[in-house]
Amino acid sequence: MEFAELIKTPRVDNVVLHRPFYPPVEGTLCLTGHHLILSSRQDNTEELWLLHSNIDAIDKRFVGPLGTIIIKCKDFRIIQLDIPGMEECLNIASSIEISEWRLSYVNKEFAVCPSYPPAVIVPKAVDDEALRKVATFRHGGRFPVLSYYHKKNGMVIMRSGQPLTGTNGRRCKEDEKLINATLRAGKRGYIIDTRPLNVAQQARAKGGGFEQEAHYPQWRRIHKSIERYHILQESLIKLVESCNDQTQNMDRWLSKLEASNWLTHIKEILTTACLAAQCLDREGASILVHGTEGTDSTLQVTSLAQIILEPRSRTIRGFEALIEREWLQAGHPFQQRCAQSAYCNSKQKWEAPVFLLFLDCVWQILRQFPCSFEFNENFLIMLFEHAYASQFGTFLGNNESERCKLKLQQKTMSLWSWVNRPSELSKFTNPLFEANNLVIWPSVAPQSLQLWEGIFLRWNRSSKYLDEAYEEMVNIIEYNKELQAKVNLLRRQLAELETEDGVQESP
Amino acid sequence: MEHIRTTKVEQVKLLDRFSTSNKSLTGTLYLTATHLLFIDAHQKETWILHHHIASVEKLALTTSGCPLVIQCKNFRTVHFIVPRERDCHDIYNSLLQLSKQAKYEDLYAFSYNPKQNDAERLRGWELIDLAEEYKRMGVPNSNWQLSDANRDYKICETYPRELYVPRIASKPIIVGSSKFRSKGRFPVLSYYHQSKEAAICRCSQPLSGFSARCLEDEHLLQAISKANPANRYMYVMDTRPRHRVQSWWATQKDIGRIIVRISSKIWNDEKIRESDEKKRLNAMANRAAGKGYENEDNYSNIRFQFVGIENIHVMRSSLQKLLEVNGTKGLSVNDFYSGLESSGWLRHIKAVMDAAIFLAKAIEAESASVLVHCSDGWDRTSQVCSLGSLLLDPYYRTIRGFMVLIEKDWISFGHKFSERCGHLDGDPKEVSPVFTQFLECVWHLTEQFPQAFEFNEAFLLQIHEHIHSCQFGNFIGNCQKEREELKLKEKTYSLWPFLLDDQKKYLNPLYGSQSQKSAVLEPNTVSFNFKFWRNMYHQFDRTLHPRQSVFNIIMNMNEQNKQLEKDIKDLESQIKQRKNKQTDGILSKELLNSVRPESPALKATLSLKEQALLPVNDVLRTIEGSSPADNRYSEYADEFSKAEPAVVSLEYGVARMTC
Repeated sequence: MEFAELIKTPRVDNVVLHRPFYPPVEGTLCLTGHHLILSSRQDNTEELWLLHSNIDAIDKRFVGPLGTIIIKCKDFRIIQLDIPGMEECLNIASSIEISEWRLSYVNKEFAVCPSYPPAVIVPKAVDDEALRKVATFRHGGRFPVLSYYHKKNGMVIMRSGQPLTGTNGRRCKEDEKLINATLRAGKRGYIIDTRPLNVAQQARAKGGGFEQEAHYPQWRRIHKSIERYHILQESLIKLVESCNDQTQNMDRWLSKLEASNWLTHIKEILTTACLAAQCLDREGASILVHGTEGTDSTLQVTSLAQIILEPRSRTIRGFEALIEREWLQAGHPFQQRCAQSAYCNSKQKWEAPVFLLFLDCVWQILRQFPCSFEFNENFLIMLFEHAYASQFGTFLGNNESERCKLKLQQKTMSLWSWVNRPSELSKFTNPLFEANNLVIWPSVAPQSLQLWEGIFLRWNRSSKYLDEAYEEMVNIIEYNKELQAKVNLLRRQLAELETEDGVQESP
Repeated sequence: MEHIRTTKVEQVKLLDRFSTSNKSLTGTLYLTATHLLFIDAHQKETWILHHHIASVEKLALTTSGCPLVIQCKNFRTVHFIVPRERDCHDIYNSLLQLSKQAKYEDLYAFSYNPKQNDAERLRGWELIDLAEEYKRMGVPNSNWQLSDANRDYKICETYPRELYVPRIASKPIIVGSSKFRSKGRFPVLSYYHQSKEAAICRCSQPLSGFSARCLEDEHLLQAISKANPANRYMYVMDTRPRHRVQSWWATQKDIGRIIVRISSKIWNDEKIRESDEKKRLNAMANRAAGKGYENEDNYSNIRFQFVGIENIHVMRSSLQKLLEVNGTKGLSVNDFYSGLESSGWLRHIKAVMDAAIFLAKAIEAESASVLVHCSDGWDRTSQVCSLGSLLLDPYYRTIRGFMVLIEKDWISFGHKFSERCGHLDGDPKEVSPVFTQFLECVWHLTEQFPQAFEFNEAFLLQIHEHIHSCQFGNFIGNCQKEREELKLKEKTYSLWPFLLDDQKKYLNPLYGSQSQKSAVLEPNTVSFNFKFWRNMYHQFDRTLHPRQSVFNIIMNMNEQNKQLEKDIKDLESQIKQRKNKQTDGILSKELLNSVRPESPALKATLSLKEQALLPVNDVLRTIEGSSPADNRYSEYADEFSKAEPAVVSLEYGVARMTC
């Protein structure tokens, strides 16, 4: 890839350049294939021409909407650029930043890790040979890969399978080197293990385990307890059964709702995701997330953290990309997990509503930030439906490798190609959406979490009045747009008439 | 003020209610004659009205100071830490005195002065006119009349002066019946359904220990049933749970039998019609009660119905439990739901709602009149009558109508607001959240029927605020007689005009769909439709609320739409004027010699005006959750700090390493 292709914002006006012993210069900043140029466009001031290859390190800071980039050069010079607009500043910064990451095709044939896609992003400092070694040290060959890069401070979320330390405390130098490569000098990182400590300890008997402090001194390990498999499946079965019982009295309903533990799972997953997001955004630390395989609770945490942190993942396209990246490419075994739902009696080992729990968590955040998402509840319900039964190929198979073998790309249609048609999109669009670039922190208190009625009570009660109210809301918003447009038009007309008058009245 | 010894304490900490690591704000605490005020370092003010204080507690001294916990009737809970114990003690003592007044005259309403003159104040009190309301319902009419029996509160002290009774019920019958009923609260009209010609009547229980019969009372009941030409059947709804009135039930059954006897004689010829009717009624009753119906007589025209709403003591302790649960720090989902269940709160709310639905159905589907009572007929009876009327009559779902409903079924019929809300230092056993439950039932209805109410949640919360505030005279006292004696209309102000002035805040932007606006509401009371009312019980715990409110946005957009419509009209007329002027201008151009200097503003018009649109949503869409100051990060960190020796504790967005 040429550098020029990385340039998202090639030009920004009103940038102020600060250099020691020089007065500040305000001008236009341009990025070219080789240079960063700042020009005041006046004859008497000199222009700044800086080779990209001269940049040694950069720092970013934000005060309100004003961003500051401090560029430290290889010739020891340090300059400062004040850039109005957060978006512009981030784009400039990410263009000139020296990437510490690379795309690796070590898994091209799905040989290193059967559940990973052919291309993964890993630290530049680690070569493919090392990756192969790390893969043998991680469950299912799932060596740590980049899941999310937090543009604001350059911190990352990585995910992997559990380390295979076993009972005798096996270690892998390459693994340590790989994850250490993501740390800034003197900075600590966090490992979020989605299992409780005792479960992680027991895993050693089966060859699994967790990162020992002695071998990962720069990392702090945090254990959470997100449930898996049959426990989640049973929770779903209980919840659905209880929702279907129309006759039970209040006490029974509440006690069954409690006994299903569904909302407890929601709280636990959201809490862990918030913790991950917090480490990144507030702590300024990179994190590694894993449970056992790294295909279930891990993905819940990494994808929800992105919903919280990354405004783009709250748009329709961004959310689709998130599902594609963090669930489909990341190897969540949809085929196994969604084979049966809440009614089937036959005991299967692999079913679990992992993805539904993730969607429910997104819904909880959507409830709390109803204007921050481009999509509405229907979009989430649609995804739930297609994950379990679909005429499209998107959710078929357990991972990329299987999907390749099944030649799904040639033989089936993609869900996204249908969803993204304007006629369909309109059903999934949130009329209240107003893009906001903020990190959104949800409340995880039990009083703030709710049963997702759109899913669980959908067939148990009439939603006529609620639907009517929603329509009325949409009408008000549409009417507002209409009126705004009309007012603008009339103002323009009036202004034109006024200028005409002015012209006529002038001699 | 003799109770206040310390008026200002500095360096007081206000603890976050739910923080497990004692996150706090530091500021200054002021004590005034009416309020406790805390101003934090960001100049944010927290006002607590003394009358809102339900309890003050001084906890054991800690290293950082003396903790003072204040729980309010509007469910605000504040936890201060006062640096010096002496200051804490002074404030504690002052608050104890100030929050529990011994006499009505010391209540806030008697000193509150919103700068209105006497005429304005009087107009405020006349805003809600109950005679007008009965007229709206269609009484007096050929079957119902205004009785002057209680004009001087001689028959019943806790009823209003003006009462509506069946036209055929003579004064001796009324007097006789009142002697048979507890506190003299004989059966009177609460709501008249004009098109169904059916009535909702209310009374108290018959006096047990009395002779089993009271002919006058039987006559009065019969008169009520006769006052309904559409259906001679009537229901007597005892809102109490059956097991609590076993002994009393026997008496009641006797009256039933007697009336049955009379009526079966009267309507002997209508037997055939009746038996059909009976089947329908039975079916309906079974549907509502989920079990068989008690009255064994096939030709009865009275049906007894127990609906099982618990008494004020059960309700008080239920709320107590609920508040204990949801005030817990680091509450787990399971503890929340098991607490919600064991408090029984939602079960009680459902019971009230079910009773009101039964009442509304009897009138709507059967055109049958219903007599509602509990023990004294001022708590559960008020709940059921008012809620039932609200289901039936869309007027009560408007802002003004709701005020009328409260005036009628609660204030005038003697719901003992001062005792139930503990306005004065009195018997704590008389305090009970009966009216709060009514508001909660209404809130549940607004959730199920988002377009059926003219008002929004804020309106309900505001009313709840003021039943305890004692800032206005409306809810002071326990009955009309007492209010007259207190001369409230001369000495205090009425709440309603102030709410009406602020109407904009309380409007439901979605109100108005025809199907919901005018319909009889038939709520579904399946258990899962009842939810914990977070915005009431955590009204002041902002961190638990959604960070963006759809309701506010739509409300503002609605307002903006009105403004825009006006703008469009203005602009159109301006354009029209301009056009006319232009045509004139062209005609008279030759006559114009002088050159007017071109206004600089004109040039700017094009670019400026387009931006001038109201930036309506900007303020509202500020996202609270995104500011680190009002967020609770400890929640996320709580669990892991338990799981293993704490590694980090993340709070306030600033991490503290505690290893």
